[in-house]
Amino acid sequence: MNGAALTLSQVRYTNKAFWRNPASAFFIFAFPLMFLVIFTALLGHGTVRVSATQVVDTSTYYVAAMASFGVISACYTNIAISVSFQRDTGVLKRTNGTPLPSSAFLGARMLHALLVAVLLVVITAGFGRAAYSASIPTGLTLLRFLVMLLVGAATFCALGFAVTAVIPNADAAPAIVNASILPLLFLSGVFIPLGSNAPTWIVWIARIFPVWHFARGMQAGFLGTTFYWTDVLVVAAWGLGGLLLAVRFFSWEPRA
Amino acid sequence: MTFGTSQWPASGSTMGAMAEPGRQGGAAIEIRGLTKSYGDVKAVRGIDLTVERGQIFALLGPNGAGKTTTVEILEGYRSRDGGTVQVLGYDPARQRRQLKSLIGIVLQSSGMDRYLTVSETVAMYAGFYPRPRPVDEVIGLVGLEAKRNTRVLRLSGGQQRRLDVAIALAGNPDLLFLDEPTTGFDPSARHEAWEVIKNLATLGKTVLLTTHYMDEAQYLADQVAVISNGRIVAEGPPATIGNRELARARIRYRLADGATPPADLTAPPGPDGLTELVPEDLTAALHRLTGWALEHHVELTGLEITRPTLEDVYLELTDGQDEAASPEPTVAGRRRGGRRS
Repeated sequence: MNGAALTLSQVRYTNKAFWRNPASAFFIFAFPLMFLVIFTALLGHGTVRVSATQVVDTSTYYVAAMASFGVISACYTNIAISVSFQRDTGVLKRTNGTPLPSSAFLGARMLHALLVAVLLVVITAGFGRAAYSASIPTGLTLLRFLVMLLVGAATFCALGFAVTAVIPNADAAPAIVNASILPLLFLSGVFIPLGSNAPTWIVWIARIFPVWHFARGMQAGFLGTTFYWTDVLVVAAWGLGGLLLAVRFFSWEPRA
Repeated sequence: MTFGTSQWPASGSTMGAMAEPGRQGGAAIEIRGLTKSYGDVKAVRGIDLTVERGQIFALLGPNGAGKTTTVEILEGYRSRDGGTVQVLGYDPARQRRQLKSLIGIVLQSSGMDRYLTVSETVAMYAGFYPRPRPVDEVIGLVGLEAKRNTRVLRLSGGQQRRLDVAIALAGNPDLLFLDEPTTGFDPSARHEAWEVIKNLATLGKTVLLTTHYMDEAQYLADQVAVISNGRIVAEGPPATIGNRELARARIRYRLADGATPPADLTAPPGPDGLTELVPEDLTAALHRLTGWALEHHVELTGLEITRPTLEDVYLELTDGQDEAASPEPTVAGRRRGGRRS
């Protein structure tokens, strides 16, 4: 088999294992959908000011926000935790002893995460459309939206690979992954809209890290707010940094 | 340092005379002067080894002796500090990519995706290799036919180890590495695994296995090398290693209270209550002892004759510190210097 065929074949096996594992299927896939239902049911009646001139229903806001959360969950959380687990149990070391190219193995993990992310976004958008008449991006907006989605998914995959370098063992993986992403999700307006009264330090943290930029780009697709190419650039820069760190520090063997 | 090479003809060939790399010809593994340190710890201190094609070769030694380090250098996982290494004619440090298609590896810890079935797992790994064995055939070789649609997480420890071997066989390798294939197994699982490994020889595979179980080496291996402290301290077929076949036999028996055999046929009983003799002439001593017992109507319960087991040889060779405390020099084996500095 050539590289592409090997990668696709690996995507199939990764996919089988993903859906059969109740932990990954639930925490990675069902969580964002569950949050979508809870947030919209609980807070969906208010309005959020998303720009100087635009106010949207909170429910619509959460459709966009939970789509972002779904991508982060499928890419960053999923890859960081499952790859740490595979590293600790020796799956990575075993794979590294076979002729399968590293690029095919890691590429397949990324491709699979991307497919899960797209599926989550489609379900979220469908739910938002049906329940809250959220707008579905079309035309040029759709194109920009897809660019943000792909760049964001690739970035959060790369960061997921990179963070495995500081995860000492599989037991610590969920704690470290959640400790690194949950505060950012709050500080970047994904779980709670930042609004205009957010303290300056929170706004600055949001601007430094990629989550806020990514969420704003996704929002532009769903809510018709302004799309900033700088958001794509910031997210891509983080992705590039993550990729470089992953290439430098990724380990195929358990950390002793 | 070249311990173990002189009495082993196969290792006389030189590295320069190696055959073409790949599937045919030459020894499966040739190691000369291999060294490896981790910081100040010298894990491997100059090892020479030759493993012929088709052999089951056991690297026997206690934990920390350097077995896994040596094997992982051969597999290409670790770099070496010094010496030359050829595996199927390739240098694993520089030609790992070519080598990977020709070898199968069973690591000490067995990680595989727990949610895939047995046949999915074998098929997935088979797909990585240029000329794999048919999946069902591999599953049959390790005796997991009944479990082919079972997910890995529902397999017993012994079954998982057999799947490990199946994965290593999936690519139809010429050479198989088994690192402590049965450590932590219960006796029945060990025997299951042994049968699988024995069967590999009939496929013409070369097998290099590491173990710290004497019976495992004895049962499986054509050739054994005892490794201690990063060095090979003895090498040979399991029946004759450490000159085991030349060592004198022991007579052991339990004496009824009050009975007094001839003075040269008795000794103070050991802690287990058994009297132990190492006579120069076994036949004569046994004849006189049993003759005396019949004559005096004495029962010699637990009477047995033993030769040093592989375990005795191994303990002798690997445990330099306890030499002074050793009660009987039962092994007339080579006492090599420099085992411990």
